[in-house]
Parts: sequence; structure tokens; C-alpha cells
Amino acid sequence: MTLHSGRGFACINYPIGMNLGGDPSQALVHSTPDGKFKVALSAIDLGQGMKSVTRQIAAEALGVPIEDVYVDTADSDTGPHDMGSFASRGTHRMGNAVIRAAAEARAQMLEAAAEELEVNASDLVTDGRGNIHVRGAPSRTITVEETAQAAQFRQGRTLAGRGIFLVPMSDVDPETGEMTPVSCFAHAALIVDLIVDDETGEVEVTHINSAYEVGRALNPKLVEQQLIGGAWMGVSHALYETTEPYYPDRSHGPEDFNHYLQPGPGDAVPHHISILERPAPDAPYGGKGPGEMCANPVIPAVANAVYNAVGVRCDNLPITPEKVLRGIRANGGVRPPVQR
Amino acid sequence: MPVEFRKDLFADERDDNLAEIGKPHIRQDILGHVTGRSPYYDDHLFDGLLHLRCVRAPYHHARVRSVDASAAERVPGVVRIIRPSDVPQNLNTLLALLNFGRDDEPLLTPEKTGYRGEPILAVVATSEAAARDAVAQVKVDWEELPHVLDVEEALKPGAPIVNTTYPNNTFDYHDRYDHQKLRFGDTEAAFAQADHIVEGEYQMSPIEQAPIETCGAIASPETNDRFVCYTSTQALFFSVAVSAKQTALPSSRLHFIGGTVGGGFGGKVDSHHEPLAILGAMLTGHPVKYQWDRAEEMQVGAPRSGERWRIKDGVMRDGRIIAREFTGFFDAGAYTRLTSYGVQKCTGHLPGPYTIPNVASNTYCVYTNRTPSTAMRGFGITGVDFSIECQMDRVAEAVGMDPIELRILNAYRDGDMKAHRRTAKNCALIESCQVVAQKSGWALSPDAMAQSSRVGGGAGWRAEIPETVIDHAGQIGERRRNWIDTEPFAGATQRDRIAAGTANEHPATGNAPQRDDMVIEAERLGFKVSDGPPAGAPSYGTRATAPTPPAAPSFTPPQTPTPPVGAPVPYPNAGPSLPPAARGAPAASPPVSAAPPTPPSPTTPSPQPAPTVSTTPPSAPAGSQDQAPRAPRRPGVSRFISGPRGRR
Repeated sequence: MTLHSGRGFACINYPIGMNLGGDPSQALVHSTPDGKFKVALSAIDLGQGMKSVTRQIAAEALGVPIEDVYVDTADSDTGPHDMGSFASRGTHRMGNAVIRAAAEARAQMLEAAAEELEVNASDLVTDGRGNIHVRGAPSRTITVEETAQAAQFRQGRTLAGRGIFLVPMSDVDPETGEMTPVSCFAHAALIVDLIVDDETGEVEVTHINSAYEVGRALNPKLVEQQLIGGAWMGVSHALYETTEPYYPDRSHGPEDFNHYLQPGPGDAVPHHISILERPAPDAPYGGKGPGEMCANPVIPAVANAVYNAVGVRCDNLPITPEKVLRGIRANGGVRPPVQR
Repeated sequence: MPVEFRKDLFADERDDNLAEIGKPHIRQDILGHVTGRSPYYDDHLFDGLLHLRCVRAPYHHARVRSVDASAAERVPGVVRIIRPSDVPQNLNTLLALLNFGRDDEPLLTPEKTGYRGEPILAVVATSEAAARDAVAQVKVDWEELPHVLDVEEALKPGAPIVNTTYPNNTFDYHDRYDHQKLRFGDTEAAFAQADHIVEGEYQMSPIEQAPIETCGAIASPETNDRFVCYTSTQALFFSVAVSAKQTALPSSRLHFIGGTVGGGFGGKVDSHHEPLAILGAMLTGHPVKYQWDRAEEMQVGAPRSGERWRIKDGVMRDGRIIAREFTGFFDAGAYTRLTSYGVQKCTGHLPGPYTIPNVASNTYCVYTNRTPSTAMRGFGITGVDFSIECQMDRVAEAVGMDPIELRILNAYRDGDMKAHRRTAKNCALIESCQVVAQKSGWALSPDAMAQSSRVGGGAGWRAEIPETVIDHAGQIGERRRNWIDTEPFAGATQRDRIAAGTANEHPATGNAPQRDDMVIEAERLGFKVSDGPPAGAPSYGTRATAPTPPAAPSFTPPQTPTPPVGAPVPYPNAGPSLPPAARGAPAASPPVSAAPPTPPSPTTPSPQPAPTVSTTPPSAPAGSQDQAPRAPRRPGVSRFISGPRGRR
């Protein structure tokens, strides 16, 4: 038995938002009498952090502290229409809708405050800590809470906003495929180090180095969880997962997690992540959705590393021990190319 | 597992002084999640809850001769058998919402089943055990039919017809072709000029989304003549629309509640549980739960589709890929679901993040007698990215080049024309490659390290795109009558030529805010880029033309970032740019790298657009003239407001 080490590379880009557009998202923002803001959506939080990222976007756009914003989502009686959480569209589409709704609510908040302070609304700024003051004159100030009370109980004014974001639908040309698929792309490049056992055919990924370009990490911890989970999924896709192990034959299909193989928590690969941020001009604060793309570069990088280790090109996923051993045998033994 | 933020890169395009954005705030819902108290759809309790389970086809392809449910009806606890004739609108297709494709899939199949596990009947009972017992008691007289499981077998003349709505076993594109075409430049001519031809075939098998929470829904009649539905859906209003259609209820009588989901990954868009649960509630007057068990989730639930790809590259000795052809097969299974859309999404993604002047693809959405496939994380892209990136390593080996340097050479850059005929912008592939190589101790040449996504795009060889050759092969039904090969131009009896470049410019941007007060103040945007015409974008004529030089380099970053030296975070695995022999050895201190990724200095000619100082952009896209400026305009300040960018 010999263990062979190998290193593989892959890089990708990923389209952000539903292909061809035509997928609107709406948001409603309104203030309680004491200056707390509710964001009503119908977006779905799959665990990716939809509620949290829209909360941060709303707080940023309103100019109020995040504790003063709460996101209520996915009740079709109260949340306005949204296409759904798929196609890396959640942050991009809904984030933009929230910015618009928050901008309208903010404009009304500043007008109400201006009336109380007897100044022009355009001279007012928020400090992000719950206060509104005259630009350059911090002593002429009113709290957001006082503003909301004055607006609702004295001025008879709502502090509310509506937002919709729609990328109009693009055609696809039948002859050339000309189209406007999306408006921005995330990027990734990744290096996998692994070991191949030439007796069992088993592959163990030992280390991942990655660089992900996400436009802007709106919440760095949410980005981190996506990238770590995505790399785990990438390794799993590359080496283990399929519902049809002898595809296109349908036999031996797994029906539970004893037979549908995935790495366990202890198999998560050490992973050094670098995050690059080149803001996309039409994305909320430049942020692109990192969630979908992050498994994609792992899979070919593993395949390229297996070739680098033992000279077997596994062009058929998943890269099972059986395929590795058959490949080694077909080559007449381990025949690695130039070692990297 | 450290995470580093390379704030030094593209710093001149960002405003990093934001109050809440960029902060690692704790999730709004995390305390509920980690204490097990977040309510998921199945945590909603109802008195008298009934359970629904389906009778499923045991064959890949079969006809229902007759169904005898009399024994099942006598099973204690059985309340109702739901038959196909009970479904008000039985046929649907998911993308009916976008008017894309024909209704092809029944909620409960009356006559001919197309995959093992297809539901033909539903049983509603007082317990799940009773529902299971009753399902086992339903006697079906099946006639097994010949089946086809391989995508290319399904395209052959005489193959069994899987889906009667699409009798050629392929989705119909544009009422014209049995596949989606991509044609850009002249691949056949370029192959003739190439120094190397590199070919590969790649296969990805179906993959399960594997959420911890299996798909399901609970529907209950309410006193106000409405139905409430708690659901695991990933797309609330998608499910509302499908349910309203299939139950023939106005959406005003439906109240959907979801939003906290135990993992989706694409598998919870298909909206089959909600209409069936609502139908159960309508027919029994009781709350009804329809929930898959794990076996159903894995074998009946729609997986990521199997995909087969063949790629043919024409490569020059110096590593430039001058032509690339794809032949791709998406295995839709028995019904369309979202695969037809995945094919188009994939077509817009080809040839990957590379600038290749001649590209062609034929991509097929093929029906086979297996579980329908649907969306999954990376939908339409994961399989072809695996193929492309394995292919890139094959190309690197063929020309004897470092695999990362090959990618950097061919990487797309701002201003390049992409194969779907839109200009690339906001690119960062090169920088991603440089960062990962540098920190992993994978030595790149100084030239490769000096490249930038922001420099050189849309110029020189990168802009030499010939006229496009088009064919008309693969008309709907043609291939079923007489076999023709599947790759681009196969079976073409006629070739036409059309101009390079865009024929139908469509702004890749959102709609304008409907009212002025929905526009966020410009200084609160978070961007520091300026917009305007894409500089250096050549005017693609009818033949390869010399590109216009990049616009005047008047773009001045507000701050000039210091070029990064070494990895900002000490990293134990390897230092940057160590000689090959030293790789894997710990670096005592970060050595100075040969040439780290360098943002263009203010004096470097840059493809970045010039800041438009208080004048309209010289060439606004057609149709934009009626857009009155809505946002405050300040010199040097972005006019990119969340949405209507580039349209004022």
C-alpha cells in the first residue's frame, strides 16, 4: 500500500440572481410608535441567513441601529410577493427591494424630524445610534423614537416604505443564445491537497486553500458559514454523493443516510479561506450571494488533484474508490504526472 | 480554520465605512435554532390531524389498467382516497408562472406513469400507520412499458416516449429546436487553425439535496372559508401560485406560512406537497399533513440532474483557447420541473469564466424514465463547471503550461465580450487565482502575478471575434425521424453568417425605483466606482475589427491601496511563492512575493470607465432617454443607485 499525495486547482464564476430576470421581490418597512422598524417580507430563510442579512441592509439604509429593526417574513397575508430563495437571488433581489423600502421610510422619517426641528430635511443626518441631527450641528438633535412619536401622534404621518426590485426579463435568441442572463458574477479559485491510497482507492482531502470573491461580505460570519459548508458539500459531491451509484442504471439507490454517503462533521477538511470583495454595482452594498457557488470549484479541484496524485482522470462523478482502482489498473499502475 | 479578508484588493471601489453592513452581527433567529425552539412547519400542532400518503408506481414506465381501492377504503382509520379525478387542475408545469413550457406533470397520474415512484393515488387517514397500511392494500393492475434511462438512448429514433407532452423526449426550445444553441464566432474555422485539439467527456450522476427536514406541508381549513398552509417551501408565493392553480382556489382563500426551513438546497421549490395537503383538507374538512419520509426524499424527491458533457477545445501553442464546443445533456427525468430553465442558465454561463472568441454549444433537456430532477445549489452550473475545470487541466497538460497560468491567460476581464454577447464587467477571477496561488505556495510567473481583471479587457486578440456561423439543425422532431449527431453543426445542411456583437441590447440592471423617495442617497450606497460607458468596449462590426483603445485613464481612485506584500494573515501551510522544492515547508516569515496582485495605479491606463462629472453618459443604452434623473448627482459620486444604474 502506498499513499500518494496530489494537488489540484480549479476556478469558477457564478451568476447571481435568477437567470434572465423576470423575478420580482417586494419589501415593506414601517415604524412602530417608538421608532422601531418592522420589515415585512415573504422571503424564506433556509438557514442561509435571509432574515439576518435583510435586517442589516434595512438598518444600514434606514440609518438606525440593528437592534431597532426586526424582520418578519414568509406569511402570505402580511409579506408582499417574492419569487423565492433560489438561484442566488435572495440577497441580490430582496436586498435591493429592502433598500428601496428603507429609503422611502427614511425620507419620511427625516421629513418628520425636520418638522420637529424646524429645519430642511435635506440638512439632516442619522448617526446610526438612534439619533437624527442637523448636519454639522450635532446639538440640534432629535431621537428616532421622538421622531416616530411626533410623526404618528402629532403630525399624522407614517414612517413607512415600499420597495420592489425587478430585473426585466431577457429573451434568449434561438439561433445564437444571445441573452442577458444576470447582472453580476461571484468568483472563486481553490487548491485542494489530498492523499490517494492505491490499495483501497480511497481519497482523503487533507487541506483546502480558497479565495472567494463575494462583492461584499454583508455579514462576514454568514459568508464564512456558507463557504465552510459549501466546501464540505463540494468534497461530498466529488467523492461520495449520488442517488444512483450506477447511473443511468437505477439499481442500488440509497434510501437513508446509511447508504447515501456524506462526510461526517469529523471529516470537515481544514480550509483556509481568503475573501475578496469587488462590489457589484447593482447589488445591495455590492454584495453577491456566496451560497450557491461555493461548492462548485471544490469538485473539479478534487478530480484534478486525484489525477495529480495517481494519474487517473476521474471524469465521472462521484470519484469512488472503485473508479480510482479501476483507473489505476487500466493505466497499469500509479502513473502520476509531474508532481506539484 | 482561519478566514482572511483581503480588504487591500479593490479597496478603491468600496466604501468600508458603513455602520451595519460588514459587521458579524448574530443571526436574528439563531437562539431559537440552537435551543431547538424555532418552529418549523411540522411543529404546528392540530387537533384531528390527518396524514396523507401516496400510492406510487413500481415500474420505470407503466400504464395503469385499473385501480381497486376497496380494500384500502376498509382499512381502519382511512378517511378518504384521493384520485386523479379529484384534482381540479391536475396538470401543471412549474414555470407556467413565467409562461415557459407546457403543463406536463399531473399531481396524481391517471393513466401512464413515467418513473418509479410516481404518485397515482393518495390516501388520507387518521394516522400515518393507517395511511401506510391502506397504501399497501391498493390493488393496481399495471402494464409495464418499455423504458429508457440513458439521455442519448432517449434521443434515438424509436426510443420509448417518456412524456407525451414532449413526444420527442426533448424540451422544445423557441418552438423550433430540440436543444438550446449557443453560437459565437466560427468554431469550425478556429479548430482548423488550432495547434492542439483537446477533447473530454464528463458525467455527473444525480445528487440528493439531503435537507435534514424532509419536504412537506400541513393544510387546515379555517373558519373563514380559507385554508392555512404551513410549508417547508423555499418559495412561498411560488407555492401559493401552484396551489391556487391546482386546487382551483383563488389565492385570497390561501394563507401560507413558512420562512424557517430545515435546509433546502433547491429541493423545496417543486410545490407538490402544498396542493395535495390543501386538497386533502378541502375533501375531508380536517387538517392534513403530507410529509415525505427519508426514502421518498431520496428516491422520489427530485435530485440534481445527471449531466453529460462533451467539450472540444482548439488551443494555440501559447495556451490561448481559440475555440470551444460543448454538447450537453441534462437528464430531466420524466417531467420538466425546472430543467428547461437550467439548460438556458447553463448556456448563458458557457464557456466558463474565460474569453474565447469562438464558442458553440448544443444543450439538451432530455426526458428519461427516472425521478424528475430539479434545482439544486449551483443549478445548471455545477456539472458544467466540473467539466470545464477538468478540461482546463487537460488543456494545460496538452500545451505544457502551469494550470493556473493557463486560466489567468484565458480569464475574462472587464470589457471582454462574452459568448452570450454582453460585455464583462466587475470581474475578479484573475485576482482570486493570484490570491490562492500566493498563499498556497504555488509559484506563478511574475507576468501571471501582474495581470489584472481591470486591465487589457476588450482589446487585442481578446476582441478579435469573427462573424458568427449559425446553422438550423436539430429542429423539433427531426432527430426522432432520422438520427443525426448531437454536437454543434452536426447535420447542418445550411450555414449562415451573422455579425459579431450584440443584436438585442438589454440592460443587465433592475427597474428604476417607482418613486423618487425610494432612491437611497448617493453617499450612502457603499460604492466608490463610477459608471458610464464601458470603456474600451469595442464596437463589434461584421468582421474582426481593431478595438477602440480604452477610454482616457481619468479614473482616479479615492485612495491608492498599497500593493499587498505577502499574505496578510500568517499562514502556517506555506509562504507565498516559495520555490517548488520548498513547498509545504512552514515559512518562517512571509517572504516578499514576486509580484502580488496589484490594483492599477492612477497613472495606469485602465479599462475603468471615466467618472462622468455632471454630464450624461455619452452612450446611454437605447430606451433610456426617457428616464429622468432621480438621484442627487455629485461629481465623482456613483450614480449606481440600487437598481436603475446606467439608465439615466
